[in-house]
Amino acid sequence: MDIIIFRIAAVLYLASAVFYVYYLYHTRPSTAKKGYLLLLSGFVVHTTALTVRGVTAHHFPATNLFESLSLFCWMVAGGYLLLEWRYRIPILGSFVAPLNCLGVIAATFNPQAITPLPPALKSAWLYVHAAASFLGEGAFALAFVVSFVYLLQERHIRRKRLGGLFQKLPSLSQLDDLNYKLLTLGFPFLTLGIITGAIWAQYAWGSYWSWDPKETWSLITWLIYAAILHGRMTVGWRGRRAAILSVIGFGAVLFTFLGVNLLLPGLHSYSAM
Amino acid sequence: MDILVVGINHRTGPVELREKLAISQGEAKGFYSKLLDYQRVREALILSTCNRVEVYSWANKGGEDHIISTLEEVKGVPAQEIMPCLYIYRGEEAVKHVFMVASSLDSMVIGEPQIVGQVKDAFESALTSNATGVILNQLMKKALSVSKRVRTETGIGESAVSVSYAAVELAKKIFGDLANRRAMLVGAGEMAELAAQHLVHQGVSHLIVVNRTPSKAHELAQRLKGEAAGMDLLEAKLIEVDIVITSTGAPQTIISRETVQRAMKERKRRPIFFIDIAVPRDVDSEVQRVENVYLYDIDDLEQVVEENRKRREKEAAKAEAIVEQEVERFFQWLRGQEVVPVIVSLRNWCEEIRLRELEKAKARLRLNGKEAKALEALTAAIVNKILHPPLSYLKDASARGEGEKIAKLVRELFSLEEKDADTHRDQR
Repeated sequence: MDIIIFRIAAVLYLASAVFYVYYLYHTRPSTAKKGYLLLLSGFVVHTTALTVRGVTAHHFPATNLFESLSLFCWMVAGGYLLLEWRYRIPILGSFVAPLNCLGVIAATFNPQAITPLPPALKSAWLYVHAAASFLGEGAFALAFVVSFVYLLQERHIRRKRLGGLFQKLPSLSQLDDLNYKLLTLGFPFLTLGIITGAIWAQYAWGSYWSWDPKETWSLITWLIYAAILHGRMTVGWRGRRAAILSVIGFGAVLFTFLGVNLLLPGLHSYSAM
Repeated sequence: MDILVVGINHRTGPVELREKLAISQGEAKGFYSKLLDYQRVREALILSTCNRVEVYSWANKGGEDHIISTLEEVKGVPAQEIMPCLYIYRGEEAVKHVFMVASSLDSMVIGEPQIVGQVKDAFESALTSNATGVILNQLMKKALSVSKRVRTETGIGESAVSVSYAAVELAKKIFGDLANRRAMLVGAGEMAELAAQHLVHQGVSHLIVVNRTPSKAHELAQRLKGEAAGMDLLEAKLIEVDIVITSTGAPQTIISRETVQRAMKERKRRPIFFIDIAVPRDVDSEVQRVENVYLYDIDDLEQVVEENRKRREKEAAKAEAIVEQEVERFFQWLRGQEVVPVIVSLRNWCEEIRLRELEKAKARLRLNGKEAKALEALTAAIVNKILHPPLSYLKDASARGEGEKIAKLVRELFSLEEKDADTHRDQR
């Protein structure tokens, strides 16, 4: 049941991405508006799919790769909807919507059956740990897109090529501010995710930290983002440097999320997180 | 009757002649009263800007001669002098020209925004002088809506086409809102001052004027409402300001990479934008290698302007397609207008006959209310049924473009009086 609803959401996301990409070429407010409404309806349907799955499986839907990717895309879509509602920069949707769509499509390539949760992991900590981690990573994903757009726009200005896209993209200052805001939003959630993960590990496995690859890479990710924020506050790592670091940080997020699961076996290997 | 455009613009006539022919708002009323007559020119509108003097009209054959001789009379310029510079458009060409002008496609700088306001003012002035009628009102309303469509659907007015505006546009893409940003002008020069003025206009909160000569700095600072400072403070001020415009006569660069690097450290790497308008250059081009430092010299800006101009020309082709579409639509409406008067008078004529005969019949037969109503309905139905085929034929003819011919035929066929038809024209 939840799979069918999920597919409907995927179709809506795809339609939204089509409008948003078209908006790059044909910058009319009505085109972006259609993209936004489709994304919103995709998000609502997606919410239903996740709820149905959570209720049927009796656990938070973040226990295998399909569920994790789906939840991740849900966070990104929801986060972007808030971002556009608050800041009105629809051109960012032209980058977020297709990436989100790719994530949803990637999710469908994984086994979609509900896997029963090992008794050891049945805990309320699952909810806090997964929710905090995903909120943090959703914010970092948006910061990544914003930084990518920053680098693109900066390239236009540096190369002195002020073509059509230059006109359409927002100002460097706006993008830099947004990057910073998203990083300061994501960082506490990532920290909370790691701490609650450690507490949960103590309950489930009897030790707070066992240096399994997932844990190690989470720490690396955390250190990268901590460095970005620290550098910004003390010596002014802003603009280009902040954007590049934000892109690298998100690379670490993706590796922690996907790379570890696919390449490095460990305690987390049955789940995505 | 036809739509007629008689005019001279920056391409066809020299500025001296355009000046002589320019018609001010005050003169317009007198000009209209001399120009308008029922025979030759029924409706008219004058558009007089620094780049063009044009008369739009709804006129009969020979209208252009009347317009030219009126111009000659009012402005005292001999016709021989005007004639070689004049263009005359009629029908679709004329409508297209009006739409192109209003959409800023006929302007010296394509896409410049002032023309829309000028067209609006000219239209309003003509309206208050009662110089326009059904046809020109519709033409001008349409022209303004076409102009709006062109502006929203193409990028014709998007990018700056002067060096100082291009610099301001760039500053906006770097800093976003320019309010609360600080700028510094080093040296003097027309273009640099203009750019500084634009920046202040866009909300830059503080302007520092640096000059080698203190008196010059003070004088400029006063004019631009900024703060004067000596050359020795240049490096210190680099820490405070976000935008630097340089335009000195110095033989070598005055701002080096090392200076900027030091300043950037102090600024905590907040971005800074150098606009170097000086030749030879004031800012070492190595400066742009420093992180978050942007540098545009005069050649860069001129290239930006050149590219923008090309982009506008490309967009102009798109805009012209829109204009052509709208000309077609306007003509559909106009053709409909040709048969409207004859339809109205045919209907009135039949209605008159019906009422007259109805009264006669009612007087003869003593009818009760119900019977009278039935008779009324009967006669109305007969008239409507008979009129239906010729009226739809007239409408079809107008859509085919034969409206005028068929309208004339119908008028002759039913001996409809000319003056009947004219009641339509006076319904302004």
